[in-house]
Formats: sequence, C-alpha cells, structure tokens
Amino acid sequence: MADTSKATPSAQVAIDPVLAVQQQTLLQRIAAAQSFWVTIALILICAVMSVKEPVFATEDNFFNITRNFAFIGIMALGMTPVIVTGGIDLSVGSVMGLVAIVSGSVLLKQPIDFMPDWWNNADWTHSWFMAIILGLAAGAIAGLVNGVLIAYVGLPPFVVTLGMLSAVRSVAVVLSESKMLYDFRPDQAATFKALGGGENFGLALGFRVSNPFLIFVILTLLLGLVLKMSAWGRHIFAIGGNEQAANLTGVPVKRVKVQAYVICSLSAALSAILSVGWSGSANNSLGQSYELLAIASAVIGGANLMGGEGTAYGAFIGSALIFVIRNSLLMAGVDSNWQGMFVGSFIILAVVLERVRGKRRE
Amino acid sequence: MPALELTGISKHFGAIQALTGVDMTLEHGEALGLMGDNGAGKSTLVKVIAGNFPPSEGEIRIEGRTVHFAKPAEARAQGVEVVYQDLALCNNLTAAANVFLGREIKKRLGPLQWLDHNLMARRAGELFKELKSETRPRDLVRQMSGGQRQAVAIARTRLSQPRMVLMDEPTAAISVRQVAEVLDLIKRLRDSGMAIILISHRMPDVFAVCDRVAVLRRGRKVADKAIKSSSPEEVTGLITGAIERA
Repeated sequence: MADTSKATPSAQVAIDPVLAVQQQTLLQRIAAAQSFWVTIALILICAVMSVKEPVFATEDNFFNITRNFAFIGIMALGMTPVIVTGGIDLSVGSVMGLVAIVSGSVLLKQPIDFMPDWWNNADWTHSWFMAIILGLAAGAIAGLVNGVLIAYVGLPPFVVTLGMLSAVRSVAVVLSESKMLYDFRPDQAATFKALGGGENFGLALGFRVSNPFLIFVILTLLLGLVLKMSAWGRHIFAIGGNEQAANLTGVPVKRVKVQAYVICSLSAALSAILSVGWSGSANNSLGQSYELLAIASAVIGGANLMGGEGTAYGAFIGSALIFVIRNSLLMAGVDSNWQGMFVGSFIILAVVLERVRGKRRE
Repeated sequence: MPALELTGISKHFGAIQALTGVDMTLEHGEALGLMGDNGAGKSTLVKVIAGNFPPSEGEIRIEGRTVHFAKPAEARAQGVEVVYQDLALCNNLTAAANVFLGREIKKRLGPLQWLDHNLMARRAGELFKELKSETRPRDLVRQMSGGQRQAVAIARTRLSQPRMVLMDEPTAAISVRQVAEVLDLIKRLRDSGMAIILISHRMPDVFAVCDRVAVLRRGRKVADKAIKSSSPEEVTGLITGAIERA
C-alpha cells in the first residue's frame, strides 16, 4: 500500500517536468513566421525609399499605393483559405472581369435581350445596390461551380479553375459585346462610385485613406479572427494538413471546401466592384493576370501551396510588399517591365524559404 | 443484449470482394482481438462498423437496434469510437486541436461562436495525464514522437463516454514501454464496461488483453473463439491458412 502511494507521485514527478518545459516563446514564434521577415523587408524598403525619394513618403503616394494593393490584397485574402486547404483558384482574375461587366450592365440600364421587359424597364433593377448584389451573385456562382467540381466531383483544383479562367472571361466578353461600359446612370452610379472611389468612408479622419484600403484592413482583421477563432477556420487548416483525417474525424470536408471557393470568388467580386467604382468604367479585361498577383501575395506572406499554412496578415503584408516594390521601381526610374521579374523572384524566394524552414523543422 | 451484432456483412469495391458474410457479436466489457494477414479485411470491417462506408450486404445492430451509418459522425453519436491505423492526425495542428477536431468546444454569445482554446487545451492536458503520456496540448503534432501521436489519437476516444472502441493497430508505431501503457489502457476501458475490438499484428498484445480472438482470411471469418481455448500457434495457422477453420 505504502509502495503504490509512493509510486504514484514519483510517476507524476517524472511526467510533470516535461510538461513544464517552456513552450516556444512568443518571440520565437514570431521569428519563425515568414510574414515577420516580409514585414522587416517592407519596412527597410520604405525607409530607404523615404530617404532617397522625397515623393515616396507623401500622403498622396501612401493613398495611391494602399488603394492599389487593396484590390489585389482583398483577393489574396480570399485566396488564403483556398491555399490553406491545399487548393488554388486561378479563376479570380476572370471573375473580376465578369463581375465588372455584370455590375456595369446594371448601372447602364440598357435593355438586356434575355431579360423580361419588366426587368429592363424597372428602376430598382438598375440601382446601385442591385449592381452590387448581382455582381456578388455572379462571383458566388463562379465560386460555387469551382467548389462543387473540386469537392464533390473530385477534380483537381488547378484544372477546374484554369478552365473557369477561360470560360468566365469569355462570358464577360460576350456579355459586354466586346465593349467597355461607361456613362453609367448618374444618380445611381454616384453612390456606386463613392464606394470604390471615395475615401475615409466619408468620415472626417484627419488623414486620407481610400475606401478600398479601409475595407481591405477590416477584411484582414475579420479573416484573421475567422481562421484563428472559428471551427470553420480550424477545419480549413485540418483539411490542408490531412484531408483524410479531417474526413474521418467528422469534419464536413466537402462543404467546407465549397465554402472556401465561394469566399475566394466573392473576394474577387468585391474587388471588381470597388475597382469599377473607382475607375468609373467596366472593362471585360479587368483582372487579367491578377490571379497570379493574388496567389503571389498569399505565398510571399507565408501561405504554403501544399496546404496547411497561411494567415490573413500574410496575405496583407505580401500584397503590400509587391506593390511597394512596384512603386519603388517606378520612382527609381527602372523600366516598369522589370516589375514581373521582381515579383517572380520573390515568389520563388518565398517558396525556397518555406523549404528551408520545413527542413529545419524535421 | 450484445453491444454489437453483425450478421452477414459483405463489402465489395467494384470487383474486389473485401468481406464475405461476416457474423460477429461483441458483449459489453469484452475485448475481441481481430487478426488476419494484410488484406484479410480487418480494416474494412472496422470502417464498415465506424460508418466510413456502408456494407454492401448485411446488418449491423448496436444494443439490439439496427443502424445505418452514412458517416463517421453518426457512428460516433451512437457511441462508436475509432483509433485509426494511420492515427488520422493533422500534423499542422496542435495536439489539443487534433483531439477536438470535428467537435470543438465553443463559447457562445448570441449568434457568435468561437473556439474555447484554453478549455480545449486544459481538457486535452487532463486526458494526456490520464493516459500517462508526456504530451503537451499546445505542441504541434508534427513535432511529436510515435507514442505521443498515439496518445493524441486515443485521447480522442475519451472525449465522450463511448460504448465501443475500435482500435486499428494501436501499438504499431510505439515504444515497448508505451505498448504496455496502451494495453493497460485497453484493459481499463474494457473493465469499465466498454466493448473493444483490437486489430493487431502483434500476437502477444492480443493474448495479453483480449477475451476472444477472431481471425479473418480473405474476407471470411475462419475462427472466433475464447483466448483461453486457443494458442498463438493455432492463430498463426488460421491466419496463414495452414489450419482451415476453428
């Protein structure tokens, strides 16, 4: 009796020291994150540019850069859950084109052949909110088709979304009759344009920030919360880590995957709506090759194309880096055609870094 | 009333016949060792019981009620827990996240729900302690040893009060000391009235904890008898086919 009562505490003692060993400190965890090093790089570039080019650190330049990368950044946010599940969405650029044309057509109030008369004549069907709702709906449908083909039919994401890239762009071109849409209804278009082209949400903030950038910041925080704090976010990571295991433990893998693709397409739709509002015109070529920038942003920020890793902040900082480099090159007088070279190098560098870190972990 | 009754369970995948007419009963507080060579149908049988896929033919009764599971969650709701052969863990998540995967503990405020990370980590820590495993709930599974991973997989089955635990090779990837611990755990589960099916290649494990042994060969059950009236030699013969039937 005395023996067992002694044995139990000593067994506990044997276990507890191991449990008490310090887990990774916050600092160690931060230093291990790719987004941390991208942030450092970004700060360095900004510091150098501020000294060398007086124009760089102006409010106007900040306003323009942040607005420009907001369009890509919002898509990179939507891309992140898809990449975390181990998928990819190549169709987001084309979805932007389609959404631009759908929203633009609504604002034009030109009769559409295949719609009934009451629709073509009514006023509310051509209001600014219908332009937004139908634009988002067009994006959601594209995402739904992607998601169902990938999750339920079991086709590879690369192939499905590559097909959608082509198909959706073609629908956009046909719907627009190969024309650029502008000259929107003045009353309704004013509100629509204010959303994407306005600043500070119309509030007096004491500094100028574009609406798209404000929306981008809010969505970054939102996605960050969702990925960290919701069961859905956890399931996204579980699917990317081990889809089979997620399935066996009762995660609704197929449904979650479809939702990820719908969210990704919705982010592209939102980006297109803001972009049309900002430029005041809708072009069926909107978003061409943006899918690569969105994917690059997420990957540079630390999303792993093999799945299982990625953060909202990473998408944010990744898109910021791409556009600050762009802006810096322009200011430094480098031929703008070199931009692609830099973006490409950064993508490859990001993946190399990921490899190195992955090796060290094992 | 038996905890589990299988009658005439068959399963084929296209032209491949994985299981043919398997009958089996399992009482509460009984541990059944399920043995057979690779491809004999052991894992398929477990997956049929666990609701991973429905049987092509036959009937499953749990405590007398006929059940049809469309997915693992439904089987779990009926008290059937599984430890899978490959452990079904996500390397990129923490131990606690893996334990609670698919049934996360959430806090609620109106329509909002969010994960209760602290409570899940604490509960997972308690389960690991109960299993006498040196596993930290907040560590990534990627960094863990075979035994720790095993503990995570087994801790999962302890979340609910299961009626039945199916274990597919629970001792395959762990150290000798940990094997003893897992076997101890199986005994404790059995003594608490749970029905257990233990799939194992390791004859000593089966003879150490099981009350009965069943042998599958090419999808058919060729033996089902009390451990006391059998021997490792006989079971080996049944697995290989040297002994036709027992």
